[in-house]
Amino acid sequence: MAARWVVLAAVMLVWQAWANWRQSSFFPPPSAIVAQMHQLWFSGPASHLWLTSSAIGNVLPSLGRIGGGLAVAVAVGGPLGIAIGRSSAVSGYLDPLLNFGRSLPTVALVTVFLVVFKLGDQMEVAFIAFGTVWPILVNTIDGARSVDPLQAETARVFRLSAGQRLTRLVVPATLPKFFAGLRLSVSLSLVLMVIAELTGSTSGIGYQMNSASQSFNLPVLWGGIVLLGILGYAMNAAVLGLEHYVLTWHRGARRFTN
Amino acid sequence: MTSNEARGLSQARKVLGSTWARGLVGVAVFVLLAQALSSSAVVSRSVLPSAFAVLAQAVGLLGNGQFLGDIGATIEAWAVGLAIAVAVAVPIGLALGSVPFVRSATRAVVEFLRPIPSVALIPLVALVLGPGLRMNITLIVYASIWPVLFNTIYGLDDVDPVAKETLRAFGFGRLDVIRRVSLPAASPFIATGIRLASSIAIILNIGTGVLTGRVDGNGIGAFISDLNVGSINTTQVLAAALWAGVLGLALNALLVWAERRLLPWHHAYFGEA
Repeated sequence: MAARWVVLAAVMLVWQAWANWRQSSFFPPPSAIVAQMHQLWFSGPASHLWLTSSAIGNVLPSLGRIGGGLAVAVAVGGPLGIAIGRSSAVSGYLDPLLNFGRSLPTVALVTVFLVVFKLGDQMEVAFIAFGTVWPILVNTIDGARSVDPLQAETARVFRLSAGQRLTRLVVPATLPKFFAGLRLSVSLSLVLMVIAELTGSTSGIGYQMNSASQSFNLPVLWGGIVLLGILGYAMNAAVLGLEHYVLTWHRGARRFTN
Repeated sequence: MTSNEARGLSQARKVLGSTWARGLVGVAVFVLLAQALSSSAVVSRSVLPSAFAVLAQAVGLLGNGQFLGDIGATIEAWAVGLAIAVAVAVPIGLALGSVPFVRSATRAVVEFLRPIPSVALIPLVALVLGPGLRMNITLIVYASIWPVLFNTIYGLDDVDPVAKETLRAFGFGRLDVIRRVSLPAASPFIATGIRLASSIAIILNIGTGVLTGRVDGNGIGAFISDLNVGSINTTQVLAAALWAGVLGLALNALLVWAERRLLPWHHAYFGEA
């Protein structure tokens, strides 16, 4: 338990010592990266929760675009996935299209999205939504297919209405798979956000990293990488927490009705 | 309804019922819908090109030597990057998975590195190594290591303890146990990790190409980035992206085929999963 932190600290110390010794401009010491991140993003006034104007103008918009894109992907992929998964005929018609859409590298389409939606938030949200909808959709279809036939028959025998069957049977059975897809989509959303902002954007974390690399400002570039790592970790933890909360509730509800 | 008509109908239903036919119908309907959408006044043609034009352009790309060369470059970077990633990740995974202390000691470092989106490293690696094949492969290796590494560890967690202990009881050493039991038992998991890594490798190769333009090793991404100079030719970008999707499917099929050839016992025992 303690060993992992000792190892992490040792790696940091070795990096720090090595960077101080080599004075390499490519690999600044961790202390310089942390200082740069603090000065750039987290040294603002207390009234702004210590966020600097640069954080408000770049980090928050990036997060907003990710949130918007994921929200669209969930709103489209969830219901559509259930609808497709519940009908073997419909999924038969759509299977090749879905497989192809999933294997289509969305990054190749970044310029098409730039043309269609112009530069700005709208383009980024659409780009992230398009890229992240596939894992959610494909996994939700899988989940909706996995409804226990015995339970489905029982629901029919007890004459549950379509709405009741959906909320009490299909959605709970789909949720575990849906969350598996959502976790993939969340890490994908960071990738797409970075690509979109590196390609063409006037604000955002990726935009700041792009201008930092053009002005050879390595500490800011490293700061961006570390910040994205922290965001990735936090977002993954948030989804896991949500999944745990939602699925525990369902398990509890099931036990109760049993 | 005459009996002939009825027979015709049931035959039509049979054809529609087969998965292939259904899939084809789905694709055809999608193309027609996309075509109808782009030829209606809802969206202007300069923004969203017609589906027929994209398909025609995609066929035309097959005669484009530059494009075929770029597909080759993407496959090359994919193969080299994936091979290095497997050569690095599997031994590390075996070490982390079979020695609990090493695994718990490195956990914080791994948890720190894993969530960094690999595309965020593109500008840094471009500065340090300079754009080119080396940068491309470095990024692919970094991104592909994670799924292979974690699947190797998951696979080792799944190994039957009785088999391991039986070998131990017969006096086999730790390395023998890994070679004779753990590695074979974990290999289906490793194969799944490699397939995950494969699609990540393609994304990185194309993303790098789109961002840094035409340099050695950038493949399809470089082709797309060439199209972006001046006024963007969306028809050709979509056509190139179409082939990139096909390439992803083909490389995945190749890996599935290799998996069946190399691990036939797995499929024999566990069926077609």
